[in-house]
Amino acid sequence: MSAHAPEPNLAAIPHLAPDGRASSQITQAGPTAPRQMQLLARALLTPAVALLFIWMIVPLALTIYFSTLHYNLLDPETQQFVGLENFRYFLTDPAFLASLQNTLVLVGSVLGLTILLGIPVALLLDQPVFGRSIVRLMVIAPFFVMPTVSALIWKNLLMHPVSGLFAWIAKLFGATPIDWFNDAPLFAIILIVAWQWLPFATLILLTALQSLDEEQKEAAEMDGAGAVSTFLYITLPHLARPITVVILIETIFLLTVFAEIFVTTGGGPGLQTTNIAFLIYSQALIQYDIGSASAGGLVAVVIANIVAFFLVRIVGRNLEA
Amino acid sequence: MARVATARRVAISTISAWLVGFLIFFPILWMVLTSFKTELEAFAVPPSFLFFHWTTENYATVQERSDYVHHAINSIIIAGGSTLIALLIAIPAAWSMAFAPTKRTKDVLLWMLSTKMMPSVGVLVPIYLIWRDFGLLDSRIGLVIILCLGNLPIVIWMLFTYFKEIPKDILEAARMDGATISRELIYVLTPMAVPGLASTLLLNLILAWNEAFWTLNLSTLQAAPLTVFIASYSSPEGLFWAKLSAASTLAIAPILVLGWFSQRQLVRGLTFGAVK
Amino acid sequence: MKKVHGALLGAAALLLSSPSIAETSLTIATVNNGDMIRMQALTNEFTAKNPDITVKWVTLEENVLRQRVTTDIATKGGQFDILTIGTYEVPIWAKKNWLVPLDNLGADYDVGDLLPKIRDAVSVSGKLYAAPFYGESSMTMYRTDLFQKAGLTMPENPTWDFVIDAAKKLTDKEAGVYGICLRGKAGWGENMAFLTAMANSYGARWFDEKWVPQFDTPEWKKTLSTYVDLMKQAGPPGASSNGFNENLALFNAGKCAMWIDATVAASFVTNPKDSRVADKVGFAMAPNAGLGKNANWLWAWNLAIPAGSKKVEAAEKFISWATSKDYTKLVASKEGWSNVPPGTRTSLYQNPDYLKVAPFAKPTLASIDAADPNKPTVQPVPYVGVQYAAIPEFQGIGTAVGQQFSAALSGSTTVDAALSAAQSSTEREMKRAGYIK
Repeated sequence: MSAHAPEPNLAAIPHLAPDGRASSQITQAGPTAPRQMQLLARALLTPAVALLFIWMIVPLALTIYFSTLHYNLLDPETQQFVGLENFRYFLTDPAFLASLQNTLVLVGSVLGLTILLGIPVALLLDQPVFGRSIVRLMVIAPFFVMPTVSALIWKNLLMHPVSGLFAWIAKLFGATPIDWFNDAPLFAIILIVAWQWLPFATLILLTALQSLDEEQKEAAEMDGAGAVSTFLYITLPHLARPITVVILIETIFLLTVFAEIFVTTGGGPGLQTTNIAFLIYSQALIQYDIGSASAGGLVAVVIANIVAFFLVRIVGRNLEA
Repeated sequence: MARVATARRVAISTISAWLVGFLIFFPILWMVLTSFKTELEAFAVPPSFLFFHWTTENYATVQERSDYVHHAINSIIIAGGSTLIALLIAIPAAWSMAFAPTKRTKDVLLWMLSTKMMPSVGVLVPIYLIWRDFGLLDSRIGLVIILCLGNLPIVIWMLFTYFKEIPKDILEAARMDGATISRELIYVLTPMAVPGLASTLLLNLILAWNEAFWTLNLSTLQAAPLTVFIASYSSPEGLFWAKLSAASTLAIAPILVLGWFSQRQLVRGLTFGAVK
Repeated sequence: MKKVHGALLGAAALLLSSPSIAETSLTIATVNNGDMIRMQALTNEFTAKNPDITVKWVTLEENVLRQRVTTDIATKGGQFDILTIGTYEVPIWAKKNWLVPLDNLGADYDVGDLLPKIRDAVSVSGKLYAAPFYGESSMTMYRTDLFQKAGLTMPENPTWDFVIDAAKKLTDKEAGVYGICLRGKAGWGENMAFLTAMANSYGARWFDEKWVPQFDTPEWKKTLSTYVDLMKQAGPPGASSNGFNENLALFNAGKCAMWIDATVAASFVTNPKDSRVADKVGFAMAPNAGLGKNANWLWAWNLAIPAGSKKVEAAEKFISWATSKDYTKLVASKEGWSNVPPGTRTSLYQNPDYLKVAPFAKPTLASIDAADPNKPTVQPVPYVGVQYAAIPEFQGIGTAVGQQFSAALSGSTTVDAALSAAQSSTEREMKRAGYIK
């Protein structure tokens, strides 16, 4: 009932489902699913949708409400309606454009690093390796540690230009140690965050690799395809959807990275490591200016939506079968 | 593995994998080593790898000062509870979107993800006020609710991805053989979804375990998990690297154990190829 | 049967309904410095004397603590019964009537024993709103051995010129010894604490009497450029991300010839367990520029009771115990005099036992005395506070300015650009908050 082994010329069918079973495409479409299943599906989806809806709408409504007020937590008596003033204030902050740029650079770089490194690491872990379980655990371990602790370890035990490990290694080779947080603060933060999220990407990709049909790969090999071809035309398309998921989920988290910045550079030097989340933090919890922080939060949501829109444009195709 | 795994291949893979693993794991190893040093040694130059004065004084201090067990139990309840509840809600949802998708499925998925776009910092005060009015401040339930809702979109997304990998034919074959939907779920779908479930459980448990913003702000004592425990070791005036390392090692210990068990589920060997 | 039943029910009702003379539970939010941790360990002594009170501790890092406590008190969340707050918050919160005035701390509390400047910092209109348990100022710590080798003598009251000159002479980058280590990490309580104090000594001020920011004055320019030049020539690398802890580690490892920072550091650098140079440290006042103000600050951590609390009596008992003379004696008996919480009571500084083990006691006292929160600067100002301005907006303003100055130190922006950015961002905030039109 299933179509048999794939054709030898893999490059000709880049969009076929990776398992090569053409007939499965037809059974997926909604309208042809049995009515009973459709109703059931709808019912199963309802709790999740309902809960998330409440979870979204209540804070959103309150945030919109607060964003129109001049409301400082320390001066609650001076509350008054000010319309769009908070938005104007937040958007005309000289720090805003810099923080927007930093946010995009941070997100883009970490995405790039985690995926470009995550794919080879996942492939490597998929090989027959002696003691594979332990290696897998080692690779996933960075994700276990609390972000603030990771950042502190990197900053003080590894990257410190006087007493850090990297400095010591540099001196061993006669080079001057790099003053990470002085000369390349954003890059240092990118490194730390990428290290933390690499396990996430690796694990999802690795899990996805488990469902890659060995038979296909073997058939390709028997037909003379080299390792690179196999990778490009069988493995990579199979990984298209997981990579998309990794991109989208990581983006959502990376847009609001803040703990690592807070603990290492405090947004500085200057504005070099201030991102939108940190800017909002400095409004909300340093100035206790709830009006401005709410406005900032809404601005962040708008920015995130724009970013997501573009991302979906680029990779969203992969979400469907 | 049907392919012949030559000894040479295994050797190369093993060495490279261990090298990569070691590089990635190194900072954590460094942290664990530091937890056994004195504060003075922790910051010493040149740094000592293994030949320093090993001491357990940091662990003793940490134990004395804060109630590790209490915080650990809270973490287990909060992170575990929120993840399990999220799974319960997400599995049916992901199933329905993966196996009975409609034109709107992609939109629904993206909408779910968008509920996470608001930086937590922006909604701290509204949520704090609501929690205060409902008496949920410093309660485990309050934290479970927030972490569950926060991670729900991620759980759904990940499960959706893994469910999509499962070949329809197997399910169809089962249905053709007369299985009802529930049997289909239990006997056919679940075993194939185990790796996906395991990795989703693990990653989301970790996300909930390390979630520091809400747990710090909405808990005081009773419901305080390990994130609060660690926050008390980061001192503004005084050396604390060794103690922080010890506290951190204690904090990740339960997860390491869980991680060990669950990642062994990510085992290839499910017989996809057997379906003909 | 019914009778027994009834009797049992009656007894149960009696037991359950008896008022809880049993216990008041106090939740204390506190910062995790050494003195507080010690206090936690000694809680049993308090509960032994007051069996009807149980004490629970929530210990957090300073910034997180501040954020948590402020959020709670402003939203009347009621999560804490006793708060640990700094001298920055006390005047602000007292004016908002968020704190209970501490009139009932007991007959033998002896308010008059509190160091006058510290007492001023926690009182509004003569009323005490928080009880200080730990006080600090800042001073110069230096390596007696390095000074001796170079043939220099540190005066008790050094000038900036002397310090700058000495720092340059003592720098030996090859050997990894730097003339002076100073805070550089961005933060209103980090680098700005030091820079504000330094600016005070150079005659600068944050705001004039009309609340106009003063970063465009020659005094601030002199302060910042002196700081940046000094650190370039005599400071350690990575200074722009060094806070108190990083500098402490450097000094303890023997890498700094001088370090101007909190007086509490003295007990760390002279502790042989933590410091490689424990027996080679000397102390002097923070430098001055001859204008009558030293570059030192004033800070205290205090215990306060939120307004509206239902446990005022129990809280007062605890606060009284924790900041009393007896408590100091208790700590001394258990851990030695060098570990008692410093900087709050005059009697401590007259105690020969303390003076014997704390060579830094006298300079600490002199430093605290030299800082006046009510008159912190050479020229008049509309705010109180030595290294901060006790207005709610200061945290945000101080953080932004701190970032700019940290950038000037790291070289990613010039001194002039940093000052101008500080001026415009502060003006913007002050306008928004309504201080200036």
